[in-house]
Amino acid sequence: MLKKEIQNILDSSREVGWVLEPNAKSLLHMAGLPVPRYGWAENIEEAASMAAEIGYPIAAKVVSPAVVHKTEVQGVSLGIDSQEKLQEFYRKMSILPEFAGILVEEMVEGEELIVGATIDYQFGPTVLFGIGGTAVEVYKDVALRMAPLAPEDMSSMLQELKGGKLLAGYRGKEPIKFSALTEVLLSFSDLLMDIAPFIESIDLNPLLCSAQGCVVADARIILADQ
Amino acid sequence: MDLTPLFLPQSVAVIGVSSSNDRHPANVIFSKNLLRYPVRTHAVNPKGGVLHGEKVFPSVSAVPEEVDLAVVAVRAEYVGSVLQECIAAGVKSAIVISGGFSESGRDDLQTGLVDLAARHDFPFVGPNCLGLYSPGIIDTFFLPAERMVQPPKGGVAIVSQSGGILVDLLVKFADEGVGISCAISIGNKAIIRERQLLEFLASDSRTGVIVFYVEGFARDEGRDFVRMARDCGKPVIVMKAGKTNEGGRAVSSHTASLAGDYQVFRSVLKQHGVIEARNEYELASYCEALSCYSDKSIEGRIGIVTGSGGHGAMAVDACISKGLSVPGFSESIRQQLQDGFSASIRSIAAVGNPVDLTGSALENDFVSAVETLSITPEIDCILLLLLPYLPGISSDLGASISQVYRRSGKPLVAYVPHVEKYRMLIEGFELNRVPVASSIESAVNMTSVLRRCRPC
Repeated sequence: MLKKEIQNILDSSREVGWVLEPNAKSLLHMAGLPVPRYGWAENIEEAASMAAEIGYPIAAKVVSPAVVHKTEVQGVSLGIDSQEKLQEFYRKMSILPEFAGILVEEMVEGEELIVGATIDYQFGPTVLFGIGGTAVEVYKDVALRMAPLAPEDMSSMLQELKGGKLLAGYRGKEPIKFSALTEVLLSFSDLLMDIAPFIESIDLNPLLCSAQGCVVADARIILADQ
Repeated sequence: MDLTPLFLPQSVAVIGVSSSNDRHPANVIFSKNLLRYPVRTHAVNPKGGVLHGEKVFPSVSAVPEEVDLAVVAVRAEYVGSVLQECIAAGVKSAIVISGGFSESGRDDLQTGLVDLAARHDFPFVGPNCLGLYSPGIIDTFFLPAERMVQPPKGGVAIVSQSGGILVDLLVKFADEGVGISCAISIGNKAIIRERQLLEFLASDSRTGVIVFYVEGFARDEGRDFVRMARDCGKPVIVMKAGKTNEGGRAVSSHTASLAGDYQVFRSVLKQHGVIEARNEYELASYCEALSCYSDKSIEGRIGIVTGSGGHGAMAVDACISKGLSVPGFSESIRQQLQDGFSASIRSIAAVGNPVDLTGSALENDFVSAVETLSITPEIDCILLLLLPYLPGISSDLGASISQVYRRSGKPLVAYVPHVEKYRMLIEGFELNRVPVASSIESAVNMTSVLRRCRPC
């Protein structure tokens, strides 16, 4: 059952064609997916007070309906450790087209994974899961499943990934918390079944997973043409 | 929609026979069914007359009995009115052979047929197709009988979006001795598509294995198809054309870029236990193995028996690349193998896996090695590489080794070079329902598909 608040976010994003990241985070949070602590700062003072509340170092990202791929305009800055640096980032971003503030976020660490969705012409809502990061299209280490996911799809998808071993405690590293990953995938699959008629594709990339749990560090929700 | 009258018709009307051109598709279809099949066959043409001594009826309503199936081969623009007549006359189903619809830009003509059929819940196959070939029942392919290569009657049903591919598959299946229950070409699949046919074939008692050649499913129809395939209880094999992305499609997310049509297609098939054949060779191998062993499921621990070390080594490589294992044997099994050998090979044969009996092996060495492996729990399938030119073995070996399978029930796959002079050896296996491959790779494909077949 689609929550009214989620429907509202989708409706208000229709004009832009995709969901701005702070709204996407809020939508995912409502759907039970773990997101970092964050705030959407629309002026430089707000940014400073949010950062102080979250605690440095923080991550900051540009918010603009004209910027879908933030890294391509240097719109992401990780590990900002002072108010000066934060303000400098804000000023740099403010000249970008349709600038609508910045997202101030808690820093999270973990293995970079990707969870995504697309609406396939023949099979409908489809989930993608794999090794994430900015090079995801280079390594293409991903598994695909028709949604909704069944519990047995979790293990089969992990087995399918070449990089699956990296998650299970490779060379002395602590294994990631698989129960948290399973929860993320199942909640994501439920959300997808609810919002499938409205979307074209979703990227949660990276989803950061560690021994402590999983957090969606970045999210892109592209809406379907109506 | 009941497809029984379409698949098992008692009476057929061939509409559109020509009085002047006996190579007309309708004439070919009329003649072959009249002469070679039990179905009662009637010719229809508005001009009436006589064809090969048989009365030509001026319309389908003039046929003096209930018609189960109309085969329509008239010009595209007349098909709509012909179907209308069929429906009015109480005909139960149709196959529209005629082309000239969506495939050549006439969506309007095709939509007309779809609307008409949907209104009257009237099942028809096509347009733009060859229709149905069902050994001993009916053949609506407009290919003269003497030009066709027909596989024997058996348990594989083939559904194909392409008529040409279907006819080629029949040649291939005939070559490999794979028997079919029916082969149907669905062309533009205006009304009857993969899903309806899967539903029918899943409950068709003549069919044990269901094959689809698919270029693409209609919107969202893949979804129902894979679920139905997963639950139908019979192995379903799909061969897909159009695996490469057209490219140039602008996408704004990583997921959309990584989840190409074919990537999704093959992942979703696997997710639902549907077998994908990547080419016609794999397809023929899978069908042959599953026709024999549709009720068997293995984990994939292969025991290899060979008359040549090289063949054994090639087979091990092929097994490993398919993810099958070739485990070593315990000491007691090795001893048991050794004890079964004839004196002449005891010092030269290898009792590892592969069991290499060498070129000096005698008939009974093969039987004994297969017997031992058939009761060895360490392996769940036997791959037998048989070289019929070895001096110590006879043409009876196929039948005698098959008896071991029939007693033990452990799946056995044989490789025998397919040349005419080894025919009796090959038939010794095939007539006992043991699959025989014509290459090592194909033999390994046959074993690997048994692992992918869920217990039914």
